[in-house]
Amino acid sequence: MPKMNMIQALNSAMDIMLGRDPSVVVMGEDVGYFGGVFRTTDGLQRKYGEQRVLDTPISEQGIVAAAIGMGVNGLRPVAEIQFADYIYPGYDQIVSELARIRYRSASEFHAPVTIRTPCGGGIRGGQTHSQSPEAIFAHVSGVKTVMPSNPYDAKGMLIAAIEDDDPVIFFEPKRVYNGPFDGNPDQPAVPWSAHPKGEVPEGYYTVPLGKAEIVRPGSACTIVAYGTMVYVAEAAARAQGVDAEIVDLRTIAPLDVDTLFTSVKKTGRCLIVHEATRFGGFGGELSATIQEECFWNLEAPIARVAGWDTPYPHAFEWEYFPGQRRVGAALKALMEAA
Amino acid sequence: MAPRPRSRLHVPHPPARPGDPVDFSYVRTSPAGEMPRPEVAAPVATLAPLANELVRVLGDDHRAVGAWDPHLEPDVLQVGLRHMLLTRLFDERMQRTQRQGKISFYMRSLGEEAVSVAQAMALRPGDMLFPSYRNQGIYMVRGRPLVDLMCQLLSNTRDMCKGRQLPVMYHWKDGNIFSISGNLATQFPQAVGWAMAAAIKGQDDVACAWIGEGSSAEGDFHSAMIFAEVYNAPVILNVVNNQWAISTFQGFAGGEQATFAARGPGYGIPGIRVDGNDFLAVYAVTQWAAERARTGSGPTLIEHVTYRAAAHSTSDDPSRYRPKDEYERWPLGDPVERLKSHLVALGEWSEERHAALAKELEEHVTKSWKEATKFGTLTEGPKLDPDLMFEDVYKEMPPHLEKQRAQLRAELAAAAAERGAERG
Ligand SMILES: Cc1ncc(C[n+]2csc(CCOP(=O)(O)OP(=O)(O)O)c2C)c(N)n1
Repeated sequence: MPKMNMIQALNSAMDIMLGRDPSVVVMGEDVGYFGGVFRTTDGLQRKYGEQRVLDTPISEQGIVAAAIGMGVNGLRPVAEIQFADYIYPGYDQIVSELARIRYRSASEFHAPVTIRTPCGGGIRGGQTHSQSPEAIFAHVSGVKTVMPSNPYDAKGMLIAAIEDDDPVIFFEPKRVYNGPFDGNPDQPAVPWSAHPKGEVPEGYYTVPLGKAEIVRPGSACTIVAYGTMVYVAEAAARAQGVDAEIVDLRTIAPLDVDTLFTSVKKTGRCLIVHEATRFGGFGGELSATIQEECFWNLEAPIARVAGWDTPYPHAFEWEYFPGQRRVGAALKALMEAA
Repeated sequence: MAPRPRSRLHVPHPPARPGDPVDFSYVRTSPAGEMPRPEVAAPVATLAPLANELVRVLGDDHRAVGAWDPHLEPDVLQVGLRHMLLTRLFDERMQRTQRQGKISFYMRSLGEEAVSVAQAMALRPGDMLFPSYRNQGIYMVRGRPLVDLMCQLLSNTRDMCKGRQLPVMYHWKDGNIFSISGNLATQFPQAVGWAMAAAIKGQDDVACAWIGEGSSAEGDFHSAMIFAEVYNAPVILNVVNNQWAISTFQGFAGGEQATFAARGPGYGIPGIRVDGNDFLAVYAVTQWAAERARTGSGPTLIEHVTYRAAAHSTSDDPSRYRPKDEYERWPLGDPVERLKSHLVALGEWSEERHAALAKELEEHVTKSWKEATKFGTLTEGPKLDPDLMFEDVYKEMPPHLEKQRAQLRAELAAAAAERGAERG
């Protein structure tokens, strides 16, 4: 099977969908001629032409709004926001419009828009190239919010997102574009070609939205993570020698509660890990949901590890990032509790 | 019968991509000295030509001509040349420093130095500046020591941002220069608000803001223009049209059918299109706009026609999207060379003096760098205290941040103990 990194896998998904479905268009700042600042749309304009792979003016509000209009008129836009940190000018169009068109028009109108955007830190990008704003989209009814963690899922989920008739906010954890990252920046980078999830079929396939994946079965506790943090959690559990069951959420909303409940009922302990700030973060929703259903199975309070509640600081990247040490300490405390 | 025309999506094309011959025929220029200089209180309706032609003072013979000549003394021009050259040499050195891994990121203003330097010189120290990331020249004019800028770039123990910002995102309260945001165009309407406050308070200071032509596509541009017009705010709004926004040319920001300056009159604001590489012209239009704002006649939109000679940033490779030799063929020349030639033509400068100045400034940059690195670099020397991460989120630290700070301290202490044990 071909080896792909996450960028190639995403590119392949768009390539396939542009080829299969004439209503698919790809658009965003620098995505056309240049192929995107991360090269995710490289070659697509050459292959499918300028009417289907569009450079846009620098206006995130305009990008989202135009994608909505195109979607309402029968196209299936895949819009890129260059960094998740720049999505906010488009937030009103997402929250007030994209998310509600179906509801307010009783399904007479809808806009099947996919918004791709790189998120997360670990690339020395400072506070405007490192954010993880998934919780403020998960909070909005009417959009689906997803974050794959590897090339295989990225491709299958992007195809599923494009085919989905509801809008999807598709977060791409850019720290793992080129390889899984265990949170230790001093270790040599591992490429996706050395990882089973870097094996990606050439052709069409989907990975369903709304389905989590157990990436490591275990019995001692459940670790719920997504994006880059899946690999940090795996490494931390290994280092602690804890037989953790690791759930890669993949879709943040709507949530795959069945997988979560089954796992936590089995293990009796749960640690939630995300890179985004803790206060009001998605970990709070996960914790409440799991607690409501699994309270009588829990042997210890549900624990959370997250980014500190500050903007993402440039100089303190690794003090900020919830790395192996922080996850490991929380895991140890969780296993020692009660 | 001819078929009825149909709509077809128009996709703007730059005149040249890599490998194509350079073509700047789309850049409309006017001869130097041709544009009249209206009274500063002239009604907007009479100012339309300024938005479509090009205000130029320095002619091809390097002489200053026409009504816009600000008649600056040679010593003022020499100061301008000095600031522009310092900006350029500083940029060059910081670029190399980034390549050596000493700083994480850098953005140069090569080819656009006249915009920041001439404008800052034409304003008063009390006027408030809202720069983008390509206006470092204003720091040279306002006299911030290079060491301070370098310490920010290094995120070291003397970093004005306390390690929180990417390199080049400076700020300087005492110098009346606002903090740079990484989010494009946001400061444009903020500058208008500052100017509204000046008007409310009865001050005669003005605000001055800059964005790239690419960023002028953001909705914030519209908000700035509408607030500026409605409240007749004392503000100068600059669009630096350096032709490129990363890989997209100015046609993708609406520059194909109209000038950027022409948007001004649409809002009821004077628009002036100026040769951004002509120090004297930039100085003159800024002086005009500042006087207009200061005396109650309100805002001005200035489009600076210039060229981004450097890569977008140290993360960018422009040879992928534009011809390599565009800058050599840019019809408006190089701002440093043009001011230098003007001074030489006046008999107030020479190659020898220029070389001596360059050497002096190079040494100044070298000395400043040595000084700055004493306070730490990315890889060596003293480090900022990670505790600082939790400060300034709010004026007073809330309990949950205190708790997180304690947690980080414990984490770092455990890490240090482990390292000690390994060595031990
Ligand atoms: C809101 C927002 N969107 C996108 C970006 C990413 N970005 C940074 S600079 C840039 C190009 C800006 O071009 P222009 O305004 O012409 O200024 P120039 O860099 O040419 O000086 C882009 C798209 C950003 N920083 N902020």
